[in-house]
Amino acid sequence: MVNTKIKETVRALLVEGKIRGFLGLRGENGHIMPHLFCDPQELESLSLGDWKKAGDSRYPLNQILIRLAMEYPEETFAVLVRGCDERGLRELFKWKQLDEEKVIPIGIGCPDELAKVCECEKPFPDGLIDGPRGEKTGSQKVARINEMGLDARFKFWLAEFNRCVKCFGCRNVCPMCFCNECTLEEEFLVGKGEVPPDNPTFHLVRAMHMVGRCIDCGLCEEACPADIPLRTLYKKIADIVSEEFGYKTGYSVDEKSPLNIIEVK
Amino acid sequence: MEFKTVLSTCPYCGCGCGMLLEVLDGKIVGTLPSKTSPVNEGKLCVKGWTVHEFVMSPNRLTKPLVRKGDILQESSWDEALDFSAQRLKEIKEKYGPDSIAVLTSAKCTNEENYLLQKFTRAAIGTNNTDHCARL
Repeated sequence: MVNTKIKETVRALLVEGKIRGFLGLRGENGHIMPHLFCDPQELESLSLGDWKKAGDSRYPLNQILIRLAMEYPEETFAVLVRGCDERGLRELFKWKQLDEEKVIPIGIGCPDELAKVCECEKPFPDGLIDGPRGEKTGSQKVARINEMGLDARFKFWLAEFNRCVKCFGCRNVCPMCFCNECTLEEEFLVGKGEVPPDNPTFHLVRAMHMVGRCIDCGLCEEACPADIPLRTLYKKIADIVSEEFGYKTGYSVDEKSPLNIIEVK
Repeated sequence: MEFKTVLSTCPYCGCGCGMLLEVLDGKIVGTLPSKTSPVNEGKLCVKGWTVHEFVMSPNRLTKPLVRKGDILQESSWDEALDFSAQRLKEIKEKYGPDSIAVLTSAKCTNEENYLLQKFTRAAIGTNNTDHCARL
């Protein structure tokens, strides 16, 4: 089982005192939830987020890690990462939200089943401890959008966006949304007390802000009560940024995203 | 140091969405929708997402308030309940039981809601009872 090798690695880190805790998932009474493992004995309940299907119970662990690091900046934590999470860590290091010296990623590869559902570009982390080194899957969903004419495409997205109930779930669950003040709450851009929100402003503002941040984990789409295909939208944005700027979010450890470069003249 | 997530049920409406309360060193610091809850399958509405904000709010009422003149004053539960019982009795005697209505709440359990409608029908003597979710 994949689980065993991960457990052994984490146990060793805890016993040797190299980490204060391991942020992962635990299974309890048929539920799966995030947990900080500080005691090796707790590891019996470790889960990799597979409930009914592979990886169907993933949570924004990096988001929780930022909170832990803010409270305990001197401590080192290990964290469970898939390919997307590793890309996320790289960007969070560059955006100075986490200190690379204080984070030990524990990498698992995603099974084909999950990689296909995600249409994932790279379904395994470079620091792979266990699990498969899966293959890249191209996005059929983005291809279908590309086949539409511009008018049809705009109509399609507007219809999708107008189902929005403005729960802010996409932003709240996002491991890459770390701003203290959020543009989506600026009244001059997005009026208060109205559903659906001003569209396409609301969703395109968020999409723009995902440039150089979205690492295609798909948690936003999973959290959306209106089933808006947010992941397809952000994948398309990532394609544009890759084509126009040659930048792929989360793949390089030092190169900054095109919207994260401030030139001082 | 302790960080855990605690499975709970959203206190807002009658749906009963499963949520995970993020607890850091004994303090609730965040909310996540439970992916393993069959009710909401990893989704929440805007109210559910912000549940953690009111738990520790200093604006939260923790003691009963009784209006004295124009001012709401903190009181004991005994005083508040005695006052309410006495006024309800007076109103019922003067205007009849149908002058009173009772709204129950989605935040209560089935058993609490049953008790409240029973109280309304059997103790007050009116069928004027409904549920906040229909407002």
